[in-house]
Amino acid sequence: MTVDKLTRNAVASPDGSVPPAPSAPLRQRGGARTRRRVSGWVVLITLSVVALLMIFPFWIALINGFKPAGEYIQSGPISIPTELDFSALVDFWRGVDFNRKLLNSVVISGSVALIAAALSLLSAFAIGIGKLRGRVWILAVFMVAFTIPQEALVYPLFVLTRDLGLYDTLTGIIIILAVLQSAFGTYMLSSVLGAFPKEVLEAARLDGASRRQILGRVVLPLTRPTLSVLVTFFFIWTWNDFFLPLILLPSAKNQTVSVSLGALSGQYTSDPTALAAASLAGILPALVFFLIFQRTLMRGVNLGAIK
Amino acid sequence: MTSLPSMSARARRSLTTERPSGYWWYIVPGALGFLAVVLVPFGMNIFYSLTAWSGVGDPQFVGLDNYAQLMGDATFWTSFRNSAFFVVAMAIFPTAIGVLVAAVLFDFIAPRFGARTSSLLRALFYLPQILPIAVAGVLWKWMYQPEYGIINTLFSSVGLDGLRQNWLGDSDLAIYSVMNVLIWLQIGYTVVLFMAGLSRVDPALHEAAELDGAGWWQRFRMITLVQLRPEIAVVLITTSVAALKVFAPIFVLTRGGPGTSTIVPAYFSFSNFFTTTRVGYGAAVATVLALLVTIIAVALLRYQTRTTEGFDDDGR
Repeated sequence: MTVDKLTRNAVASPDGSVPPAPSAPLRQRGGARTRRRVSGWVVLITLSVVALLMIFPFWIALINGFKPAGEYIQSGPISIPTELDFSALVDFWRGVDFNRKLLNSVVISGSVALIAAALSLLSAFAIGIGKLRGRVWILAVFMVAFTIPQEALVYPLFVLTRDLGLYDTLTGIIIILAVLQSAFGTYMLSSVLGAFPKEVLEAARLDGASRRQILGRVVLPLTRPTLSVLVTFFFIWTWNDFFLPLILLPSAKNQTVSVSLGALSGQYTSDPTALAAASLAGILPALVFFLIFQRTLMRGVNLGAIK
Repeated sequence: MTSLPSMSARARRSLTTERPSGYWWYIVPGALGFLAVVLVPFGMNIFYSLTAWSGVGDPQFVGLDNYAQLMGDATFWTSFRNSAFFVVAMAIFPTAIGVLVAAVLFDFIAPRFGARTSSLLRALFYLPQILPIAVAGVLWKWMYQPEYGIINTLFSSVGLDGLRQNWLGDSDLAIYSVMNVLIWLQIGYTVVLFMAGLSRVDPALHEAAELDGAGWWQRFRMITLVQLRPEIAVVLITTSVAALKVFAPIFVLTRGGPGTSTIVPAYFSFSNFFTTTRVGYGAAVATVLALLVTIIAVALLRYQTRTTEGFDDDGR
């Protein structure tokens, strides 16, 4: 796989991240714009309707998250609320101590992203620049961490963290998720560093640079765009992660945003707007990240790593 | 494999004054982490799968009993049958629809209505992808709610009371309701990825075909589908693996129910671990799932490298 393709594939991951820059075709064909015709409009309208159906759940969560419960019962879920009622949102926020969950998620996702990126860079430096013997197999083994179902690791991890005093601690989950994420990072960065311009490395060596200096002063600055893309993915993946945080962080004070939402799906069902408000609380940070990170991702994708 | 063919042996010696083995140090942190978080736990999991253990006390070694029992366990087979449904919902259907939507946006909508229109539509399709799955689950669970949920309310408001359903509570219907959520989540991923792939395709191919009188549909079949093969392979691999491992949507939406109608291997092993505390049995389920996912991933990867240009030639 080429570096470029890997980067692009990674950008739209199934775990939920941000799309690459508009790859607008702009293929100017003779008078294409004039050939809209009826069929063109039919296709456009059909697609637009489907697209609106896709975002309908977001809209519904938005208008009902602020709707007074009484109004919901009277006029149903479609109507625009006549007054903004923050009580459901506030109840949820206070009820689950959402500030705390946000803090936990930020700490966990941020630490995992940075540690995983550092681990990936070190391993990829050895594999991509050091051209370790048997690197194909090393990479294949690392990829197991990416494909293996976490169910096949969770009980031993539960036992091991308990024995080491890391169960129900942020430290424990940060280490575990960082190692798991770094598998993908190692794979991707090894490919990037494998294509690192040889002349640059040779020049650095001729100048007497040690391995550590090559890593810190040559490789790191030149791979920064790719690294920032990786850090962003790791952050979002960790933010969305559900299974391991659910099991390894059982107490309310350590829960993440995702887990706190997933755990309440069993309750609350008698209050018609509570779940809408909760969904809204979960949607908001995701939207914020989408808006913040979009530019970093575009930049990383456009540079397509070093080539 | 690791030679640097472009350089003569002498030049190489003079450039690398250091021992190449020194690079091994840089892989130590990653390797130790991998050992502690993946390799040792997976080994322990396999060991557990050969025991009867409730999580407390000492595991009793029972050999392959758990696996033998699995073969006759209807829930186990149901969980894999459901996995097949979710491969359809997360891999096959979104890929098919995604290719079509991406192609329409890319060479039908964009040339006629501008790149802006197609970018906006693409963003709308993508939006569900930004949600944590747990949040998506809560949202849909609320929409599926039988009494006041939006779907049933909508049916009633247009006089179609007969279409009101207990979407997640009816054991014949629940799996389709879950599939619907997964499709909703996945389509954005495939659309975005395929559109990125299409920008790689040489426009001259389409222009030549158009001059030869090929219609849109013909060009889609003969050019787009063929040119997108690498992307289609990548999407099918990643989404099939994700579908086999699906857990969070089941946990949030149905907890495998009603009965075992939406149970999946991941949830089945989870409930053995932590609900019924049959750790050995749960470990056996997880081991089978791990083997299956690995086999499928390797098989798809080999198929992909054989049919597309695959990896670059630098020994990787």
